[in-house]
Amino acid sequence: MSVDPTVLAAILGMAAVTYLTRISGLFLAGRLRLQGRMKAAFDAAPPAVLTAVIAPMVLATGWPETAAAMIAALAATRLPLLATILVGVVAVVALRAIG
Amino acid sequence: MTRDLRRDALDGIRDILPPAIAAIPIGLLCGALGAAKGLSPAEMALMCALVFAGGAQFAAIDLWSYPVPVATLVVSTLLINSRHILMSLSLARRSGHFTWAQRLLGYAVMADENWAMAERRAAGRELTPAYFLAMGGFFWLNWLVWGTLGAVVGAAIGDPARIGADFAFTALFIGLVVGFWRGHRSTFTIAASLVTAALVYCFAGPPWHVAAGALAGIAAAWLAAEPEEVPA
Repeated sequence: MSVDPTVLAAILGMAAVTYLTRISGLFLAGRLRLQGRMKAAFDAAPPAVLTAVIAPMVLATGWPETAAAMIAALAATRLPLLATILVGVVAVVALRAIG
Repeated sequence: MTRDLRRDALDGIRDILPPAIAAIPIGLLCGALGAAKGLSPAEMALMCALVFAGGAQFAAIDLWSYPVPVATLVVSTLLINSRHILMSLSLARRSGHFTWAQRLLGYAVMADENWAMAERRAAGRELTPAYFLAMGGFFWLNWLVWGTLGAVVGAAIGDPARIGADFAFTALFIGLVVGFWRGHRSTFTIAASLVTAALVYCFAGPPWHVAAGALAGIAAAWLAAEPEEVPA
């Protein structure tokens, strides 16, 4: 049961900022009105971040990964999350075997 | 009174049960990927208990390396979880009658799923602390158990690339991004983030691609939006 001090610092930092986002609405309620471009920017944050994290795997790793990402995106439009993951993983294993 | 409390608490657990079941394989996967990056089961348990945010944890594990890039992990977590600000802002209207202790504890475990269930409940009747806290507590414990178990079992599985598990979070994120799809404006956001992040990754290297891609996507949304929207 080992916990590295730097790992602990990272986890505590992640936990602190996450808690702040969770309770911030309690203090902002009635004070902040999100609308127009500000709201659009706010709404875009989660997909923009998630996309940026996987961009290297999707575009800069190899053609099997790029093709599997396209297959997974197509699957995601009609399948639940778990099925999408399964389709993506099976696709990448198959395409890597060919490539 | 006590009977009401128990009924509300059971209602909360019953409502969160389907999302909790869906979270089992996701939690196992999260723990296994963490173990593959060198995180011990104790460290994974700590992360699941204190951070309790699937998307941010998957992103952090993907970015994980040694020495640990603490600032990058914290900024990435903040950006991904910034959606919580809007969620808690919305739900705050429903919890005005909670005590501060109930609010500070209940909102500590607010995630996409239990937030959605609480909003749904509040649309039909009063949201009670018993319902909100029991639901959140159950969902939190569920994630902690399966995430930690994933780290224990994952260490035994070995290299995740062998079974394509290294691609699992990519596919998961693709699924989540598609879920955030809100018409053609989302295309600008996703395209800007994808291309910018890939270019920055190739020419500047990690971890800069996350902030650069995220900012490009957010800027694209800002530019694509109508500047003069009528206030709701």
